[in-house]
Amino acid sequence: MTIGVLALQGDYFKHAQAVQRLGHDAIYVKDSATLAACQKLIIPGGESTTIIRLIEELELRNALLDFAKQHSIMGTCAGLIVLANTKEGLPFPPLGVLDVEVERNAYGRQINSFVDSVRLNLFDKMVEMEGVFIRAPKIRKMGKSVKAIGYHKEVVVAVRQKQILAVSFHPELTEDFRLHQYFIEAI
Amino acid sequence: MLNKDFLVKVGLAEMLKGGVIMDVTNAEQAKIAEDAGAVAVMALERIPADIRADGGVARMSNPKMIKEIQKVVSIPVMAKCRIGHFAEAQVLQSIGVDFVDESEVLTPADEKNHIWKHDFKVPFVCGCRDIGEALRRIAEGAAMIRTKGEAGSGNIVEAVRHMRSVQGSIRQIQTLAYDELTAYAKNIGAPLELVQYVKENGKLPVPNFSAGGIATPADAALMMQLGAETNFVGSGIFKSEDPAARAKAIVMATTHYNDPDIVARASEGLGEAMPGLEMSAIPEDEQLNKRGW
Repeated sequence: MTIGVLALQGDYFKHAQAVQRLGHDAIYVKDSATLAACQKLIIPGGESTTIIRLIEELELRNALLDFAKQHSIMGTCAGLIVLANTKEGLPFPPLGVLDVEVERNAYGRQINSFVDSVRLNLFDKMVEMEGVFIRAPKIRKMGKSVKAIGYHKEVVVAVRQKQILAVSFHPELTEDFRLHQYFIEAI
Repeated sequence: MLNKDFLVKVGLAEMLKGGVIMDVTNAEQAKIAEDAGAVAVMALERIPADIRADGGVARMSNPKMIKEIQKVVSIPVMAKCRIGHFAEAQVLQSIGVDFVDESEVLTPADEKNHIWKHDFKVPFVCGCRDIGEALRRIAEGAAMIRTKGEAGSGNIVEAVRHMRSVQGSIRQIQTLAYDELTAYAKNIGAPLELVQYVKENGKLPVPNFSAGGIATPADAALMMQLGAETNFVGSGIFKSEDPAARAKAIVMATTHYNDPDIVARASEGLGEAMPGLEMSAIPEDEQLNKRGW
């Protein structure tokens, strides 16, 4: 399978590495022609203001919205913000294909970034993995069609709405690629 | 070598990849940088070109000015401390700076020792001219490396020299046999296990960014093609005729560094770039990249 990784800015290299370790092809997406060649898309962590500005300036918004109708997308950290529908603090509206409201940098500055165990419901089983939270956003409100599938303590850190998957931490920064595997095989 | 604290530090460096980090001296410039698509700002009282022109001792910025910048932008805010000045670094950590740059742009506080960066929760970035210097800083706890270039010069030649040196050494180390690594590590003055990491992974253990001399979108594209993972731009933006337009153009060229058509479009109609300095016009003892070891 060919998995696209949106490569406008952020840690797209780490996501591509995870995809390749799982035996699939990863390609960097910077334009709509490349996007059309992908079966699924990952929107990586990075700076959400930068990524959203580049989506707008490179006129990728419509291509991404069309892609989201028929294909699976996973967003991590800034990728969650890009998929959600909270405009506050962003230069342009996010894609709004995931019915959640998020608060950016909700845990504070870098000094408050941390690694801790998170619980995820993958393949109908609760599993534990290390979650790396870097200046992470928090999910503040979820629409009815959105399902929580992961928690850090009691806080929702992973959600799914049909073929859209989003998490507030960074599964690409550890060597544990079960979330990527779930995204590729089950969504 | 990846413990959890270090993972969180390097993690932020990973998030800054493929972007532009801009030097700013006040809240208004910080806002311009964020609006242009900067992934982070470096808060400092004077940009390197002015430090060079003014002379005297350059120190950590006033915390009040850094806090004002933190208030107006949501992207990470970095700040510089002097080489070896761990008390300045403690102050920067205490006000919640997201990354500390132990920087040769400021006047060194210690000519022998750099900061033991493992003691801090805040991540550090340090400059280097070659792979030995890069690995020494990483051994001390740096979570990000930037090649030094020559800050405030508007001249890309030193940035190219340092990036080529680091990338060339990485390729060379990959060709060495294991029994050749110890002698190599001894010669460059770096820990053996980090040289071994480079051999096995074909890269530094932390992200490697470029700094010191970027003034145009093509400069940014050049450094990315030479192996930089992000660009620091200091004087190049706010010493140019139209900072907002130039900042945007450098962001675009950094994202699309391997697409000359887009870099060409980004380069049009930007007004004058900052005036540059020939390296031969800067006396050896005034070259910032010679500070630190």
